[in-house]
Amino acid sequence: MQPRALSVPRSALVIALLAAALAVVPLAYLFIQALDAGWERVLQILGRSDVLQLTLRSVGLALVVGLLAGLVGTTTAWLVERSDIPAPGFFHVLVVIPLAVPSYVAAYAWVTWWPVTASFLGATAVLTLTTIPLIHLYVTAVLRGLDPAQEEAARSLGRGPLYVMVHLTVPQVRRAIAAGVLLASLYVLADFGAVAIMRVPVFTWVILGAYRAGFDPSRAAVLAVALVLVSLLFIVSESLARGRGEPTTSARGAIRETVQVPLKTLRPVAVCALILLASISVGFPVASYIYWWFGGRSEVELEEFIRALLTTLTLGGTVAVAAVLVALPLAWVVSRFRGVLSVGAERAVMLAHSLPGIVVALSFVYVGVRVLQPIYQRWPLLVLAEVALTMSLALGVLRAAFEQQPLVLTEVGRASGNSRFFVFVRVTLPSVLPAIAASLAIVAITTAKELPALLLLRPAGSDTLSTRLWAWAGVSDDASVAPYALTLIAFSVLPAFVAARLGRPTRASVMVDRRELV
Amino acid sequence: MILPRLRLAAITHSFAHEEVLSGIDLEVAPGTVTALMGESGSGKTTLGRVIAGFVSPSSGTVHLDGKLVAGNGEFLAPELRSVGVVPQEGALFSHLSVAGNVAFGLPQRTGRSGRATRAKRVQECLEMVGLSGFEDRRTYQLSGGQQQRVAVARALAPSPRLVVLDEPFSALDASLRGAVSQQVADALSHVGATALLITHDASEAFRMADSVAVLAAGRIIQSGPPSELYDKPRTLKVAQAGGATVLLNATRHGPLLSTTFGSIPQSQVGYDFGGESGILVLRPRQLRLTPRPEASFRLETIRIDGEYVQACVSDANGDRIELKSLRVSEFESSVRIGDSVSIELLSAASFLARESPA
Repeated sequence: MQPRALSVPRSALVIALLAAALAVVPLAYLFIQALDAGWERVLQILGRSDVLQLTLRSVGLALVVGLLAGLVGTTTAWLVERSDIPAPGFFHVLVVIPLAVPSYVAAYAWVTWWPVTASFLGATAVLTLTTIPLIHLYVTAVLRGLDPAQEEAARSLGRGPLYVMVHLTVPQVRRAIAAGVLLASLYVLADFGAVAIMRVPVFTWVILGAYRAGFDPSRAAVLAVALVLVSLLFIVSESLARGRGEPTTSARGAIRETVQVPLKTLRPVAVCALILLASISVGFPVASYIYWWFGGRSEVELEEFIRALLTTLTLGGTVAVAAVLVALPLAWVVSRFRGVLSVGAERAVMLAHSLPGIVVALSFVYVGVRVLQPIYQRWPLLVLAEVALTMSLALGVLRAAFEQQPLVLTEVGRASGNSRFFVFVRVTLPSVLPAIAASLAIVAITTAKELPALLLLRPAGSDTLSTRLWAWAGVSDDASVAPYALTLIAFSVLPAFVAARLGRPTRASVMVDRRELV
Repeated sequence: MILPRLRLAAITHSFAHEEVLSGIDLEVAPGTVTALMGESGSGKTTLGRVIAGFVSPSSGTVHLDGKLVAGNGEFLAPELRSVGVVPQEGALFSHLSVAGNVAFGLPQRTGRSGRATRAKRVQECLEMVGLSGFEDRRTYQLSGGQQQRVAVARALAPSPRLVVLDEPFSALDASLRGAVSQQVADALSHVGATALLITHDASEAFRMADSVAVLAAGRIIQSGPPSELYDKPRTLKVAQAGGATVLLNATRHGPLLSTTFGSIPQSQVGYDFGGESGILVLRPRQLRLTPRPEASFRLETIRIDGEYVQACVSDANGDRIELKSLRVSEFESSVRIGDSVSIELLSAASFLARESPA
């Protein structure tokens, strides 16, 4: 639907611009902090050989994981969508369900059983397992969007399944695969928990270390700016790779099933491989935590757990309501009045979401120290930071909902003599209530699992499930980590299941899943 | 005896326990175009997919040039059947140029002469559909009609045994449909292709096909040359599928069938189910309405709809009779509402149907 060129309500535009400011202004403070010590110092920090190594290691890890996850995720998507594998719906869910396991939860299980996995290779393995569902969802959506009639036409021209896959399907989805690989790489670049647990000195972990060390305040900021630039490179590449999408048609008329490629003798092998994948990604960490919880002596007292749970729920709820309140007018403006300001505001919000959480968290630290001292390390600033990190999740869902609503409904409402506000409240809003509910849930759960902003900005003495997990993991108390890990997994199962069941995950839902892992 | 290019015997197919095809028998002679005509949901696309090899029938057999390709435990993969497919919206490969699309099914030949052979064939096929010079165009640069013609060229390029065209013109504007279907018909006839045209459009089927099979609820209810289906339809559905109809109640009186507008000898009825009364189905050209002062009918309403006239007359008792689809050419323009009119049965009726019109 093409938005019409009507005047934008000023109040909505103001909120949209405030949302953009919330996402971008802290980043400006990051740059200011980085330049505080002068260009010479910046160049000195960046010129050190360990920064080059750090960059190569970070980018290397991101690319290796992206490529591996791309290979496996594309294969699983093809198996589920195009092969004659039994119960494809079940296996689709099985491949996607690892989204429920935060990367740091998985990483801790691996490192605890096999300390040797605390390495580049170990991080590669864990992050690959956690990003496979992203690629799988992405490629599955693209495969479903392809017109099955094209493959039928190709087969009718005498071409076998393998030829069709190589010469027709892959060329049409390669941009999507490339974009998926870069998206997964971007996620790896942003990951903090898994690399910290596996002790791989990449940007996120080193930045936290530099900040905590405290003796050189510029270093953390300069490294964070470097990470922003590297991330921007990936964001732009992903955007270019995705392009405008191949113009494919979707078959209309008679309902047709996709032609399935018979796997023949490879069928049991494929089934076993998918089961093995799910076992390693989900079964292994879940079983480990259950074993530790019931097999060990947990130091976690019920009161401590309940307090962390209540704090998590309160914070998640507050952030969710705030994020939706800010995202709602922005989504409406973007879907109805596409202009320079609205698109700019949307991009700004998406940028904050795409950047590593540690960078955004650090930016808010500098904002707190410089201009918002009264609320520094207090709940309001933490809520603002979490809103900046998560509001694009709500924006994606709400925008899609607004765009699905026929514009003619509001036009009819206005034509009946009602004000724009009245029509918005009585006609527009009721139709997006399910999307509002979904946004609230997604933002709340994402906040519950978030780590860097909580570690840097939470008020002293306050803890959430993820920070308690982090604290117990720091002293390697498996039995005490377990209840928090299992609760966080339980929180995430439902959205992961919903993501799996959504027939065609949109880009917005893919973004949701990516952030959920952080 | 010439072996049929395609022979379907007792084809039955079900989706989730629902029978969508039921006991289909059909033969297609080499070098002919057969139209498979039916309403949406009649099973025609599924039958096309059974023939092309994308669906394995629940029972029955499919033979191509006498060779069993499906049924009795046999199933030949689509790529081995030499059945070209032209899908509903062309389904061109968007990552390839027009030439790349047409060459997709041609044998991979290396070397200069091999490439030249492929290029020559591509050129021939594009010429056949009136698209010479379009080789390097991208598919999204083509209009809907051009895309469909490329899809036909692509299907014909490897010289398949049979081409299945699945509603190939349904996505086109009405203004384009006639011209594009004529070009496609010319291309098929130029190469002497054997084709199965799947369509819901009677005029398209009757215009393009040598033979028409009418499918309803998964069964072929009549098949034969278009003229036979038009003049001697066996069911109301076939009659209505074949074009505009006028329906009159008729009663048998000896050798005559009596209607409100007069009688007609039974011998002139194309198909007669033999009951005592039924619905006499006529084509618009078989009725004429003329103003005549002494006539017993009065014209109540008239509405000209394209080449047909919808009229309503009342008899001496004041009972109204709807006469839909009278041909304009058989209608005198001087007639006015309120005039007395006579209605003549001009020639043989199409058939006497048992069922009531839907």
